[in-house]
Amino acid sequence: MEQKTKVHAEDGKQEITITRDFDLPVDLLFKAYVEPEFIEQWMNTKVLKQESKKYGSWEYETRDPKGNVAFVATGVIHELIPDQKITRTFEMGGTPFGVQLELYYFEAVTEDTSRLRMHVIYESVAQRDQVLKLPFAQGINWAHNRIEEVLGKLK
Amino acid sequence: MNLRRDVFQAIADPTRRAILLLVASQAMTAGAIAANFDTARPTVSKHLAILTECELLQQEQNGREIYYHINAKNMKEVADFIEPFRQMWDDRFNKLEAVMKNYKSKK
Repeated sequence: MEQKTKVHAEDGKQEITITRDFDLPVDLLFKAYVEPEFIEQWMNTKVLKQESKKYGSWEYETRDPKGNVAFVATGVIHELIPDQKITRTFEMGGTPFGVQLELYYFEAVTEDTSRLRMHVIYESVAQRDQVLKLPFAQGINWAHNRIEEVLGKLK
Repeated sequence: MNLRRDVFQAIADPTRRAILLLVASQAMTAGAIAANFDTARPTVSKHLAILTECELLQQEQNGREIYYHINAKNMKEVADFIEPFRQMWDDRFNKLEAVMKNYKSKK
């Protein structure tokens, strides 16, 4: 079975490309990226600010189940062409991952299907590789939490 | 089972990825690893055997216990850690698709 989401990352480069085909018309796909109501649902985050326009800025905040701020992400939109393109920066507060430049290309495939191509450029190869390893890092935290839960039950 | 297994095949399985994540922080016995999963113990043992076969895990005898620890040098290639990253995005995009389909049907 062909994978819906493809990630292209070459060794020694400071960029990645993520491609995904959606069973959605392109205008709905675009809406998911510009309207706070939808961003909050699929990104599982709180949208503190979302100025979906040229030179507008955005700010998201995610809290853990205990209500502590888990992470804050911010950036500026450089270009926004409805149903076609978004160019923005992305920075995760309090992390050493630097600023990413993100280019989103939206494209209608048929009337009811669409494609997203996400081109992300990092400050350095090392930072890109760190971000790629992130899910592993998150997984380790998850594993630690599980361990704590298990140990907690034994007490 | 004598075939040397492919690293990709090894990390394609979610339980095996979770095992790698667990052991990445510290060496653990099979029992301690299995305690983290709802899966039956023999299933976890099978996963451990596969991960050991493709050299992502190493066994180390410590007294009466066998500890599993991660073989870091086999985890360093971009190709090895890209799959969890891809899965993360796949999950996110699946959610986006579900949220927008739900909205579309309500319109």
